[in-house]
Amino acid sequence: MIPHNRALEFYEKMLLVRDFEDKVHQAFQRGLVFGTTHLCQGQEAVSVGAIAALGAEDSLTYTYRGHGQVIARGLDPEAAFAEIFGRVTGCSRGLGGSMHLADLGLGLLGSFAIVGAGLPVAVGAAIAAQMNGRGQVAMTFFGDGSTNIGAFHESMNLAAVWNLPVIFVCENNLYGEYSPILTTTPFEDLTRRADAYAMNAVMVDGNDVGAVYAAAGIAVERARDGGGPTFLECKTYRQCGHSRSDPASYRPEGELETWIAKDPILRCENWLKGEYGFTDHDLGLAKARSAAVIEAAFERASAADWPTDVDLRQATLARPGEA
Amino acid sequence: MTAAMTYRDAIVAGQRDAMRCDPRVLLMGEDIAKAGGPFKTTEGLLAEFGPQRVRDTPISEQAFVGAAMGLAMMGYRPIIELMFADFMAVCYDQIVNSIAKHRFMQGGTLTLPLLIRTMGGGGTRFGAQHSQTGESWLLPIPGLKVFCAAGPQEAYDMIRAGVDDPNPVIVIEHKALFTRTAPVRLNDHGPIEGPLRLVEGHDITIVASLGMVERAVEAARRLAQNGVSAEIFDLRLLRPMNVEPILDSLRKTNRLLCVEENPAAGGWGGEVVSAACAHAFDYLDAPPARLTLPDYPMPYSPALEDAAIPSVERICAAAEDVVYRGLAGGAWSG
Repeated sequence: MIPHNRALEFYEKMLLVRDFEDKVHQAFQRGLVFGTTHLCQGQEAVSVGAIAALGAEDSLTYTYRGHGQVIARGLDPEAAFAEIFGRVTGCSRGLGGSMHLADLGLGLLGSFAIVGAGLPVAVGAAIAAQMNGRGQVAMTFFGDGSTNIGAFHESMNLAAVWNLPVIFVCENNLYGEYSPILTTTPFEDLTRRADAYAMNAVMVDGNDVGAVYAAAGIAVERARDGGGPTFLECKTYRQCGHSRSDPASYRPEGELETWIAKDPILRCENWLKGEYGFTDHDLGLAKARSAAVIEAAFERASAADWPTDVDLRQATLARPGEA
Repeated sequence: MTAAMTYRDAIVAGQRDAMRCDPRVLLMGEDIAKAGGPFKTTEGLLAEFGPQRVRDTPISEQAFVGAAMGLAMMGYRPIIELMFADFMAVCYDQIVNSIAKHRFMQGGTLTLPLLIRTMGGGGTRFGAQHSQTGESWLLPIPGLKVFCAAGPQEAYDMIRAGVDDPNPVIVIEHKALFTRTAPVRLNDHGPIEGPLRLVEGHDITIVASLGMVERAVEAARRLAQNGVSAEIFDLRLLRPMNVEPILDSLRKTNRLLCVEENPAAGGWGGEVVSAACAHAFDYLDAPPARLTLPDYPMPYSPALEDAAIPSVERICAAAEDVVYRGLAGGAWSG
């Protein structure tokens, strides 16, 4: 059984991700966010549960819908907000934006805005892990839509033939951008993709943070022990549209409501109360803590300077001898 | 130490010496381990360094080129062999969107020391999909360094400098040059900073890259017999391009010809001509000229391929045209 404190920690992380995303949405309406954003409300249990199974030395890649991963991994919400607001205190000094949050020190190798592009990079991190013998693993997050692009298939194949310590975490949220899964993919259960590469595959309820954590934990240990890659399909749902400009009017009536009833944070609250004896008062305190952290980070980030003094040539090409 | 070696052997030696100097260097590519490379450009490296550091990949350029990025961020210094420069098209997303931009998109907070070696160019009867140099595909991409190896010393030095560089580097090698032999100084490389003057002259500046360099040098010899003194540059550094030595030369010769193995549209000669017009316009005695591939894919038939690629004769003719137009113009305007 997952220890009491650990379970509460999962809940707090999920709240942080949810509050962060809600705040980004509000900030967009206030004119603080530019271009577009891709939010992950409804999918918090996947990033929080899977990343909780990683160690400090492990690394991960993720996608343009990647705020959940970086917050779950421990990136300072202020650095994430500031990046999304284009400020110099952002984790990428305002040069990357919403789709490019990263922090090498935390093993956050990068958020890739081209579908499928993060997978080969995680495979490379896994090759490094296999070579250096330090027992590291790599993890890569991607959506159901990514399983139709070439880089996915090449990465799965290479990971399988080289038995690499990498966990492919598929967030199957039933939509590839605006298109329902069955209009773009011949089946809904994507573990079948892994069968094609003779890869260990596990399907899990992606709105159950404890289940995601348990399944990811087994996959991570297997990879550390030389057992090779795992494809971990997490069934979940994107409660918002694909991006800023998508009202998601294509959803069948009642679908959103059905999934909101299965909301991962609600599920976690019931789990904490039922299995661990937490009270509404305890959960209320956690909610207040998360809201305060996000509010303070938001205020600092939105007051930060523009990156007008950053040396953009040096950001493009490193000088000889750098690192 | 200096040793006479072929261009092909210089490529092997560059990788071997980089691997001996730095245990973080590893090689990945198609058939580069057991087979020693389809062009034998990695021969003997598996035997010396073993299968962890010399890896045969599936035919999956997106996977192994993308993987180089992950390796670089994890502290390794991967060298990737892309069998043909044409194959950059199948992993162009990894090269252009991921590798070239990742440092910038992270605010310059990380480095990506990785090297992609690829073999391009025509004259070897490989047809339209296996004869491109790839130069024009890479020319406009900030965040990459691109070296073009025109001889054995350059091939060796560019691989060594590329491995030492904290940035992603692509070295383009030319398939028609594999058997060229020259003395190569080992373990004595510096950074690749710009074009190299190979022949000194005063009537015209000719800039060439890759397989065009040896032809330009031969053209200079023949032009001299006709009383035309050509100054020849090997471009070497395609990106970021350093045009200063070429502009300095132009201020002396007052005439420019670029010899390129790519169609004119989007070719590097356009950048050289543009720089000449912008920064040395008053020194020009004739319109700057470019000799390029024609505007069609590379034909297979030897009769047609040889006619498509600038020959020594055509370089001489183009140079004389520029020189005599310059002289005529000078006489007329005087």
